[in-house]
Amino acid sequence: MSQPLIQIVDLCKSFSGQKVLNGANLSIYKGEITTIIGKSGGGKSVLLKHIIGLLEPDSGQVLFDGMPISSMNKAQKKAWRSKISYVFQNAALFDSLTVFDNIAMPLVETRRVSKEEVAAAVEKRLAQLDIGAIGNKYPSQISGGMQKRVSLARALITAPEVVLFDEPTTGLDPIRKSAVLSMVSSYQRRLGFTGVMVSHEIPDIFFISQRVAMLDKGKVVFEGPPEDLQRSDKPVIIEFLQGLEQPRDALTGMGTQQQLSKSYEAESDRSARTAQAFCLVVFSLDNLEEITEQSTHVMAQTVMANFAAELGRHLRVFDSCARYGFDRILVVMPNTGMNEAKKLIERISRSLQRKNVVPIAPYPDFCLMVSAGFAQAGADESIEAVLERAANDEKNVYTFKVC
Amino acid sequence: MDTPNLNSSFPASLGRAFIFFVQELGGITVFFLKGLALIFTWPPQVRRTLDQLYFIGAQSIPIVMLTGLATGMVLGLQGYYALAGVGSEGALGSIVALTLIREMGPVLTAIMLTARAGSAMAAEIGVMRISEQIDALQTMQINPLRYLISPRIAAALVSFPLLTALFDMVGIFGGFLTGSMLLKMNPYLYFHRVRASVEMDDVTGGFIKAVVFAVIVITICCYQGYTTHRRQGGFGARGVSNSTTRAVVMSCVLILVSDYVITSLLR
Repeated sequence: MSQPLIQIVDLCKSFSGQKVLNGANLSIYKGEITTIIGKSGGGKSVLLKHIIGLLEPDSGQVLFDGMPISSMNKAQKKAWRSKISYVFQNAALFDSLTVFDNIAMPLVETRRVSKEEVAAAVEKRLAQLDIGAIGNKYPSQISGGMQKRVSLARALITAPEVVLFDEPTTGLDPIRKSAVLSMVSSYQRRLGFTGVMVSHEIPDIFFISQRVAMLDKGKVVFEGPPEDLQRSDKPVIIEFLQGLEQPRDALTGMGTQQQLSKSYEAESDRSARTAQAFCLVVFSLDNLEEITEQSTHVMAQTVMANFAAELGRHLRVFDSCARYGFDRILVVMPNTGMNEAKKLIERISRSLQRKNVVPIAPYPDFCLMVSAGFAQAGADESIEAVLERAANDEKNVYTFKVC
Repeated sequence: MDTPNLNSSFPASLGRAFIFFVQELGGITVFFLKGLALIFTWPPQVRRTLDQLYFIGAQSIPIVMLTGLATGMVLGLQGYYALAGVGSEGALGSIVALTLIREMGPVLTAIMLTARAGSAMAAEIGVMRISEQIDALQTMQINPLRYLISPRIAAALVSFPLLTALFDMVGIFGGFLTGSMLLKMNPYLYFHRVRASVEMDDVTGGFIKAVVFAVIVITICCYQGYTTHRRQGGFGARGVSNSTTRAVVMSCVLILVSDYVITSLLR
């Protein structure tokens, strides 16, 4: 593996004699989103504040590009700081400035750019975050969710190399929560920044994070890909994930990914015992990205929520379904062979084509492109392997439009 | 035999208090010097300094005039009857002018500005501290001392002497109102005594005090707000309220103490 961009080595920090960080070690790699999870009050925000230098460690070090921050000279520190942005948990907007001025502030105060350039950059961010109408308002005149988005716009206005997000979705409704996270993900892909996020939004963070770190009792007890975290048998991780598990996915109202995995395993066992076939169907919203570009992230997530609600109505009571990424829904169909699965998908597609899942078309003659791939699960085959076949076997991918 | 707990003994507490005092004094001094030095960095913060001039200076004019007028009128009234007792009521102009220019003008102006502008600054900066706005400035590579404190120092250094002069002028006019208009003293005599008794040293002394008080008020009030989070219970509304109270009390006490020191040095 390549050299980490940010390395946290044996970091210790106490407040009033209480140890918050107790020898934390963490590596953050360039171009990836690393999400830090852990119990409330476990030192996640404190860890984040050490990375940007708002807090000084009692012992240990934070290295940026291999160089300890504590040994940087003034010019190096300035260069390092100019590469990092921070999205605060409570937005931390300047209440005496308008939304426009808040977003423009990093450019106006630290860069030599013309008024026109500043205005263009701010307008662009306002539109992208679906807050274009509130530029002249003050933070106290807008909702908490909007304040979060303004804070996000302010952090991204300088196109930083590293963005630290301290619980960016707390207090947002499910659609905006997913919209913010999908926006973070799409910006990260587009701008290529390195993201470090403190969040509890499971499963959404698994869709966007390349790495997850779990903090417990001041130490990082897990560091690795989200799939490994979900498979971990460490009691502390299982207990934490079960504590966060919700009976339903907030955005779609469907079951959770964990529940779907359990259904899949149960069907797999039953199939091995009884030789009864079962299928996996993956519905992909192929132009969700396009909706985001033509309209907003909120619109894209609204479409996903509407589509999921309609799909849920057409599935059978014994089918299990869950969101599996920002643009995919997975369905486990028990006692279903390939022919039956095909007929079911055709019937669902015909029915869905008559529904309006796009509240406002992002452009004239817009249609939502959906592809439904299906595959029969083999004995002892992992869900990922079946999913791979379902999504890529062109013979068994049924494409339709919802207009 | 039980070992006495030295940490809770009186000398230990005294020592801790002394160390805290020295640390605070050092902190306040460094805070002011940094804020002062940052006034002269490029680019100049013209807009923000003008905003502060308007807030500390222009918006304080009514209250300063009202206080000055009331003080001058009371001085005129009390002075007249006291002087009339010894047959020297003609010296009323001197008494009112010298009392105002040397002492009461700078002191009362500074106290009024502490109450009006200093408390607001401590509260505003305190709220910015607890709501992480100051941390946000740091993350954006904006020096919070330069952005928040320097314009206030610059504005206070200009506003305090000007408002003190205004207070003195209105106060002298207040003395004239009671002495000449109410008590029928010769107005020419009143202003003649004012002109004859006030010397340049008196005016300079008054201005020196105003500048020193400006430094005290602005530094104490901004420092208390800026360090709200470092104090015990320095969170939420109570933290801000504690900082504001401490800022006003400390400023007023230090104004009175330093007034005595400056007066004795200028004699």
